[in-house]
Amino acid sequence: MEQQLWIIPALPLAGFLVNGLLGRRLPKAAVTAVAITSVALSFLWVLKTVTGLMPLDAAYVERYFDWIRVGSLRIGCDLMMDRLTAVMVLVVTGVGLLIHIYAAGYMAHDTGYARFFAYLNLFMFFMLTLVLAANYLLMFVGWEGVGLCSYLLIGFWFLRKSATNAGNKAFIVNRVGDFGFSLAIFLLVINFNTLDFGEVFAKLSGWPVENTVGTLTLVGLLLLLGATGKSAQVPLYVWLPDAMEGPTPVSALIHAATMVTAGVYMVARTAPLYLKAPMALEMVALIGLVTAFFAATIGLVQNDIKKVFAYSTVSQLGYMFLGVGTGAFAAGIFHLVTHAFFKALLFLGAGSVIHALSGEQDLRIMGGLRKKTPWTFWTLACASVSIAGVPFTAGFFSKDEILVAAYHHAPWMYWVGTLAAGMTAFYVFRAFFLAFFGEYRGEGHPHESPAVMTLPLAALALLSLAGGFIPVPGWLEPLFGAPSAHHNPVLVAVSVSFGLAGIFLAWLFYVARPELPGALATRFSGIYRTVLNKYYVDEIYNAAIVKPVVEGSRSLLWKGIDVELIDASVNGIAARARGVGDMLRRMQSGYIRNYAAWVLLGAVVLMLAIGGTR
Amino acid sequence: MDGHLLSWVLFTPLIGMAVLLLIPAERKNLIRLWANIAALAGFLVSLPLVFRFDKDASGFQFVEKADWIPALGVKYMIGIDGISLLLVMLTTVIGCIAILSSWNAIQDRVKEYYAMFLLQQTGIIGVFVSLDFFLFFVFWEVVLVPMYFIIGVWGGPRKLYAAIKFFIYTLAGGALMLLGILTLYFEHFKQFGYYTFEISELMKLNLSPVMEQWVFWAFFIGFAIKVPMFPFHTWLPDAHVEAPTAGSVVLASVLLKMGTYGFIRFSLPLLPKASVNAAIVQVLVALSLIGIIYGALVSLMQQDWKKLVAYSSVSHLGFCTLGIFALNPNGLAGSVIQQINHGISTGMLFLVVGIAYERRHTRDFKEFGGLGHVMPVYAIVAAIAMLSSAGLPLLNGFIGEFTILQGAFEANRAWAAIAVTGIIFGAAYLLWMYQRTMLGQITNPKNLRLPDLSFRELATFLPLIAWAIWIGVYPQPHFAVLEKPVAQIVERVRPDYFQKPVQQAEAPRAAEVAR
Repeated sequence: MEQQLWIIPALPLAGFLVNGLLGRRLPKAAVTAVAITSVALSFLWVLKTVTGLMPLDAAYVERYFDWIRVGSLRIGCDLMMDRLTAVMVLVVTGVGLLIHIYAAGYMAHDTGYARFFAYLNLFMFFMLTLVLAANYLLMFVGWEGVGLCSYLLIGFWFLRKSATNAGNKAFIVNRVGDFGFSLAIFLLVINFNTLDFGEVFAKLSGWPVENTVGTLTLVGLLLLLGATGKSAQVPLYVWLPDAMEGPTPVSALIHAATMVTAGVYMVARTAPLYLKAPMALEMVALIGLVTAFFAATIGLVQNDIKKVFAYSTVSQLGYMFLGVGTGAFAAGIFHLVTHAFFKALLFLGAGSVIHALSGEQDLRIMGGLRKKTPWTFWTLACASVSIAGVPFTAGFFSKDEILVAAYHHAPWMYWVGTLAAGMTAFYVFRAFFLAFFGEYRGEGHPHESPAVMTLPLAALALLSLAGGFIPVPGWLEPLFGAPSAHHNPVLVAVSVSFGLAGIFLAWLFYVARPELPGALATRFSGIYRTVLNKYYVDEIYNAAIVKPVVEGSRSLLWKGIDVELIDASVNGIAARARGVGDMLRRMQSGYIRNYAAWVLLGAVVLMLAIGGTR
Repeated sequence: MDGHLLSWVLFTPLIGMAVLLLIPAERKNLIRLWANIAALAGFLVSLPLVFRFDKDASGFQFVEKADWIPALGVKYMIGIDGISLLLVMLTTVIGCIAILSSWNAIQDRVKEYYAMFLLQQTGIIGVFVSLDFFLFFVFWEVVLVPMYFIIGVWGGPRKLYAAIKFFIYTLAGGALMLLGILTLYFEHFKQFGYYTFEISELMKLNLSPVMEQWVFWAFFIGFAIKVPMFPFHTWLPDAHVEAPTAGSVVLASVLLKMGTYGFIRFSLPLLPKASVNAAIVQVLVALSLIGIIYGALVSLMQQDWKKLVAYSSVSHLGFCTLGIFALNPNGLAGSVIQQINHGISTGMLFLVVGIAYERRHTRDFKEFGGLGHVMPVYAIVAAIAMLSSAGLPLLNGFIGEFTILQGAFEANRAWAAIAVTGIIFGAAYLLWMYQRTMLGQITNPKNLRLPDLSFRELATFLPLIAWAIWIGVYPQPHFAVLEKPVAQIVERVRPDYFQKPVQQAEAPRAAEVAR
């Protein structure tokens, strides 16, 4: 108990309670102070515990109380810290702190300022619960909780119908994923009678590797279904692009850096089980690869700067799944970390651009912002080279680890991943060039953001460039073992050249020969239109799932079975009964006591009658 | 008072009603005040039950026994175990809240209204504490009457239709149930030579499987209508829509639990052979699953705010009956917890609807939207009610659903898988409900000046919110009182259940995989 892990999530929870209950009466400065200080203290407490627990070779668990104890099942309110958790809490509190600071500037003029920070702190509480949990059910608490905060923050501007719709969509699609997660939990309980990570994995060690679809494979696949919801993978990715309706700091914190990576974390946390269920693990890799490629293609043509980055997030999360799915758990987590840096930066930079343009998000009416917003320009440049995998930036190291692992798993996966990497470089630089180069195409008066926003940008820019030198894979080696694949200069050179080619093409299309994209779009208008409309996936889901459910419920279940079938037949009886009811009421004269006596009498008579026949 | 604590709990509301009848009808505020005092007294008297209850003791506690109608073998016998304890506490808490919520809503026939309510409290508590089947039946029927009048007199435009529908349905169910009770009664005479309605005596009966099944179905009709299970549910939306707010709150929160309680207290222990009969279990589970999904889907389509909440009860109660017929400790304990949860969260949802209705006299979703703007505290309370109903972790609903589904999964994986889809739809209708009422722009100018919650209105929510968080964060005290009675019931219906420890079940499975 000496480390008091519970303080880490409790601090933001306290911030939430203060701002949630009193925020509307507090001055803005106090709200800001409470929100940011609680996260800052939480970050410091993380540093203290991690250093205090060094070298952290084994998992450190704190057990507080029995949360649910029913039958022979005992689920504790337990938190744990191991090397994987340490990485996650550092990212969550560190990046979270920077985004909180940034948001103080970004949201400064919003009427819901206190509500915003209350939600944001609540999110931190649930996210920290998710990663610190020592069993699956407590993890599920965090998992659902971050979903709730995501819902609240996507719909933060609740006057906009599109925002509340997007919030609902996110929540419901995630519930589909939770279907899998809950069934996986039930399966684990049935088989192990515990949900504690340590106990499950200890009992698991006696199980053989499953080469057919058995219990473990099933658990793995069901957990994967949960992960595809939370981490926006095919086929449940559809909520994330819509989630961009939320304020941009939310997109950065929840829908890029932390919450959406929960699925990757969950798979890595469950590594001992997945290693015994190779088919499920293979599925993780496949889903990741498909998502990485598919989402990248959509990102190529989007015109809303946040949508570009949203599809980019989906695609990058696909890389992480590819990493953990090919058994390179450390590489997947490494990419999770670097992605948190550069993607948070991309979103915050985009937010700064949007802020500069008083709310404009359409890339087609940006341009020439390089000189007007120099801080944003330079920091976004850092993020862009990092995600494009330019050598020695953070993204280069982590993506390289994943692609090498993919090559050793199956070379074709490497090639698909590399192709997607080329597209990534292209779409990011497309957005970058469209926003910052050429002439300004809008009619506003762009201005640089205040220091409270640009300083976090600078910090993240530094991490995006140099974050690759943080030895995450080495740190995680005791948990996941040394990587089986070794660095291969040829593979690295190929993927880097794809990235550079992407940048070059983006430069060619959007700086050197700006007439080219239009010509290509006309030439291949069918393909272009399909991709621009995101392959019509939303429309297909609507027609195939939403519509039938809604219409079926209305006309068949409610109007059909309920009203026509059951009620109509019952009303026949009811109509006759009406007379009886009236009679009874007359007998009543409004007082019950008489009536109770009647019932009693009737019952006795009935009893005697039946007794008499015997 | 010591030896008769439970009788005091049972009759305090009735005494309150007797005093209330002495107050002149025109002194409305005095009547209101007194009714609130009586309800609060009812709660305070029940509170010692919680502190004096011994969770480690098996069997019933606070038992009182006296002859009532000796000629028929009818006894006044009451007592509680953990299951009844929770339901009695729910009843006294909800009773206070319902009566408090009526202060402004009821302006006509105030005296009769509160008299009905207090009478109803005694009736409901009586159902949950009776250990004599005859006594139980009397209370069961007593409850029917006040609710009939509450809907029929203080209800909405179609109140008579709804009240009679409610009355006929329940009365029909009660009649069949009575036949079942009498069968047991006479069978007991045949086997033991004396007449009794005492539950513990009737449990000694040795019935033929066929007779058990007949009695089971007779009970089933009575209980299933009350729950209500699909397809006996169509009285519920009408009753709810027409009933005044407090009537809906008590109806949903407590009255429906009489049905589930009946299954747990009578069907299972008295008819153990029928209760484990594969065909019967399959029918009951199928109806529960249909109820879960059907209720949720039909909720999704409602244009009437209150009707949506009413149909959602069908879905939630489906979870409760599913848990019961999983016939294992998790399922049963989860079911009882979920009955309490449903009382808390649906009670809150009906209060939420009632507050909007009091201000606008409509429940049509088209009339609302953007209420969060003018009534921020109300919107927060409504959000908590919605999330508690949607089963969000750290609130009560999650604990119940998780435990029930775990039990269902243990019994049959497919059942749990089907039931979980109900949770998806549950999120959908609740979120839509919230979006259509609280979020967005205010489109209707009538909503622009609505006042936020008054202190009294807020006070009706706070105990429920506190209870919801208590169960969500630290449910253990609730599970603790349920452990013994639930184990006894499972032992009774499945004597072999506890003989194979779970640990042993694991090893062969592992070996199976190896092959």
